Amino acid sequence: MSTTERPLPTPAHTIGPFYGHALPFPGGGEIAPPGHPDTITLHGHVLDGAGAPVPDALLDFWQAAPDGSLSGAPGSLRRDPSTGGFLGRNGVDFTGFGRVATDADGRYALRTLPPGNAGVPYIAVCVFARGLTHHLFTRAYLADGTDPLLDALPDERRATLIASAGAPRTYRFDIRLQGEGETVFLEFP
Amino acid sequence: MALTQAEIDAEIKDHQDAYDKAVAGGAPVRHHPARDYPPYRSSRLRHPKLPLVAVSGGDPETVELSGPVFGVTDITEIDNDLTLQHRGEPIGERITVSGRLLDRAGRPVRGQLIEIWQANAAGRYAHLREQHPAPLDPNFTGVGRTLTDDQGRYAFTTVKPGPYPWGNHTNAWRPAHIHFSVFGTAFTQRLVTQMYFPGDPLFPHDPILRSVTDEAARARLVAAYDHDLSRPEFSLGYAWDIVLDGPSATWIEEGR
Repeated sequence: MSTTERPLPTPAHTIGPFYGHALPFPGGGEIAPPGHPDTITLHGHVLDGAGAPVPDALLDFWQAAPDGSLSGAPGSLRRDPSTGGFLGRNGVDFTGFGRVATDADGRYALRTLPPGNAGVPYIAVCVFARGLTHHLFTRAYLADGTDPLLDALPDERRATLIASAGAPRTYRFDIRLQGEGETVFLEFP
Repeated sequence: MALTQAEIDAEIKDHQDAYDKAVAGGAPVRHHPARDYPPYRSSRLRHPKLPLVAVSGGDPETVELSGPVFGVTDITEIDNDLTLQHRGEPIGERITVSGRLLDRAGRPVRGQLIEIWQANAAGRYAHLREQHPAPLDPNFTGVGRTLTDDQGRYAFTTVKPGPYPWGNHTNAWRPAHIHFSVFGTAFTQRLVTQMYFPGDPLFPHDPILRSVTDEAARARLVAAYDHDLSRPEFSLGYAWDIVLDGPSATWIEEGR
């Protein structure tokens, strides 16, 4: 196919305020099988340029499986064909995909298994919100270490991508959309 | 104090003129909206001020070059027909919207999830925070899902949404639209956008549509009425193809 036949991309738009009855699904923040002993929790706030919580952000998460696999699996939204409701994940397959809407306090929490990607483990995050005309990508690194992206950043910016370990198996990762401590957001040229 | 539509229109024109002048001077075409677009008031505190950081391409271990997968368990058979979700028929002009999901190389994106949500025919969302005093329709929720087929095709049956007022400025109205959330084979291709209907008189005045400052790019958000897609005695047909951005992802030769 010649370059002249290549279609141009469909522009992005804001997710707006009214996705709440459409996109979040039960168990969206529970990628880990219930009761799995290796479960970790990633949590934090989404904050705006005034430091105020963003109560209507939607976060999509994507990560490698614990064995490093990037193939994912269907079944994040597993449905009940008789009622049209949600059955929840089957507790066997690791889908690698999570979705959480922030609460009234701008908080989110994701329970998952440790990502097994090569290098420093991280969870990819895509941020949507009313007022955000085009989504933003970032990464929640679960440790510091040698990494091509991190190593290219000045220290204070690097720190915005590294989740802080709190209680055992718990990591805090705040997303600041603007201003002091603004999170590093990514593009993939 | 809330601004008037005329004041917002003047701001929109300033941003349009600045973009057109920049492109005429050799600046690159912008396919996506600027995140800093003051006429859309809610964007002011919600856009980063620092430039995005490029992730060097070509490393196959980059997690974002793969992405979530979905399958037959993630939808039910009637999820793509928003008129079948209740006991009765929703009120409104019944429409079908269909098209193809493609990557930047024009290849079909197969078996991927498309989610939609929309207002009812009166311009009201079935969402508790929505307080626009237009009637709710007990037979319409306005949420649909589907998986693209082997040619990347999707189709939804629904009713045409109404325009509705919002609080950006005094007498602000959104043109009728359907929200789309789409996945590609790579996480980098993720897209959330809105599809519009041809000829809407609200287009020039809407700061959300106008945040896409490139006129040709805006036109790609407007579906085409296609009489061949209209179904006799049933529905009017609209065609709308979706092209996912994310250049790295298009290097992957095999669609899933």
